[in-house]
Amino acid sequence: MERIIYRELKSTPQIWGFLALLGVFIAAAGAVVLYIEHHGHIVTGMDNQIVWGLPHVFAIFLIVAASGALNVASIGSVFGKVAYKPMARLSALLAVALLVGGLAVLVLDLGRPDRLIVAMTNFNFISIFTWNILLYTGFVAIVAVYMFTQMARGVPTYAVKTAGLAAFLWRLILTTGTGSIFGWLVARQAYDAAIMAPLFIVLSFAIGMASFLLVTMGITHLTGRAFGAELRTRLARLLAIFIAALMFFTTMQHLTNLYAAEHWGVESFILRDGGIYTTLFWGVQVLVGGVLPMGILFHPTLGKEAGLVVLSSLLVIAGGFAQIYVLVIGGQAYPLEIFPGYEVSSSFADGVINSYTPSMLELILGLGGVALALAITIIGMKFLRILPNSLSDANVGSKV
Amino acid sequence: MNIPKSSPTGGCGGGCPTKEKGADLHRRDFLKSGAAMATVTLAPGVTLMSMGSGVAAAANPDTRWGLLIDAAKCPSDCSACVTACSDEHGWENNGEPTDPQWIRKVTLKNRDTGFENSLPVMCQHCANPPCVDVCPTGASFKREDGIVLVDRHTCIGCRYCMMACPFKARSFVHEPVTGQKVTTPRGNGTVEGCNMCVHKLDRGEGTTACVEACKITGNNAMIFGDLNDAESDISKALANYPSIELRADLKLNLGVRYQNI
Repeated sequence: MERIIYRELKSTPQIWGFLALLGVFIAAAGAVVLYIEHHGHIVTGMDNQIVWGLPHVFAIFLIVAASGALNVASIGSVFGKVAYKPMARLSALLAVALLVGGLAVLVLDLGRPDRLIVAMTNFNFISIFTWNILLYTGFVAIVAVYMFTQMARGVPTYAVKTAGLAAFLWRLILTTGTGSIFGWLVARQAYDAAIMAPLFIVLSFAIGMASFLLVTMGITHLTGRAFGAELRTRLARLLAIFIAALMFFTTMQHLTNLYAAEHWGVESFILRDGGIYTTLFWGVQVLVGGVLPMGILFHPTLGKEAGLVVLSSLLVIAGGFAQIYVLVIGGQAYPLEIFPGYEVSSSFADGVINSYTPSMLELILGLGGVALALAITIIGMKFLRILPNSLSDANVGSKV
Repeated sequence: MNIPKSSPTGGCGGGCPTKEKGADLHRRDFLKSGAAMATVTLAPGVTLMSMGSGVAAAANPDTRWGLLIDAAKCPSDCSACVTACSDEHGWENNGEPTDPQWIRKVTLKNRDTGFENSLPVMCQHCANPPCVDVCPTGASFKREDGIVLVDRHTCIGCRYCMMACPFKARSFVHEPVTGQKVTTPRGNGTVEGCNMCVHKLDRGEGTTACVEACKITGNNAMIFGDLNDAESDISKALANYPSIELRADLKLNLGVRYQNI
């Protein structure tokens, strides 16, 4: 096994071209923010029934993926798997980048994004939202320290391990906090469940690992650096296990609800009668994002094909996105049960399934967050020694 | 200088500084109270400088304002309370899903018996309000007299309170606001809802626009008063006749009660 050498990305036309493309998306999102700021949210698809829309789906996806992207670093530093250690810096950088991308979407969709300073100076510590603000900023700080311990010369191993452990624990708490945003909402039938926190954690494992695989395979391909087939297969197998865990938690979420008559309404809406939400649940979340990639990745030969690993990772991301969409939008589309046992009607959409069509503006804002996360990752790799010269199997000592 | 505990604020439609927790006096309120005092000294009875409603009293912690709504007296074709609220506070609902609605008439039909009745639903002014719990900045708050309000100065427009409210009582302002009422400041990008006509209460009027409108129709389906005062009309009615809270299972201890649902 050779010594691992980390090198900045070279200034190639491909790298600058890709960054320029990301810059276009980021600039477009910036323009959208100014447009919404000027006209109000009336120009979006959100309204007084669907108060959180596509930007929130993007934001939550990125924030949850962020904590999951740290998996590889944690497995190396905390659980001592040597083969994962060369990827720890990239894992940590991607985690911070995804979080910043998600947070950007979240705060730029606020009704008053200009009042961000108010959110940073007025805290209600009973609110899980407040705790999340602290958890997100703390995550960036702790992972930055963790990266420093990995990259600075002469830092003892125990310091790296301690920082890695702190980051690992913090990310678990962070995703618990994100899940609890929904788990602690007593008002709505679709939420109000303790399983939301662990469900979000396993969701982060899956979409974080899929994001990491895609970025690593993409950047090694773009820069001509090696990424060992055995190492890739090892990560892909882990992804398959994470998908299985996610499907188990999802199954338990719905089985638990189905056992209680009070939740039959919302469950039949999501699982059977919900139109687009039912299609997204069974078609994209379960089949395309769960069963299919799990089948590919657990397959003894298919799971080793680079192209199919890329495809499976994309499918997992599509499934995870659909899962968050169904949860966030579907949960609001189902009407609040203010008067159980009654048919209700009003001029304010009581008793009806709320419709939602996301606007192009919301899509551009969300994609801007993804672009920002990728741009931070690329710029980080361009100016810091993040990516090893080679992640070949011989170099990192991976073994399936 | 004697600084009043409550002052006409631009942010809450009344009484921001008397939050139940963490009460403080903002610089803006301090300046306003000084200006109001100067106005009075110079020319009593003549308003040279309007700062909003003339505040007569601070929120009283011994009081808990509440509403009692008798669905049996509320005709399905009457929406006087809704119109009165809209006129009083300057919001307008033209049927668009982005329009605000502080109070709405809901028609109920019993699934088993087919019996129908109609009633108004607005902020229920919970004693344990989920909107206050979830608000990251503390903009959602409960006054000492039980009224749940939004401080428009610290609302960042995250809408988490709207996700948390079991009664869909809050609206998000989706576009720039024109023609605002002096007593009810509103703002694009912030959340709003029934404030129990806090400006009227702070002026000592002891009633709300919706209740007054209901009285004028002759239906008398709404009673407003102090739930802590055993001698108030609302307390006597609650003591003598059965009533319910919406979503009583959540144990939020609502300030709005219903009869004959």
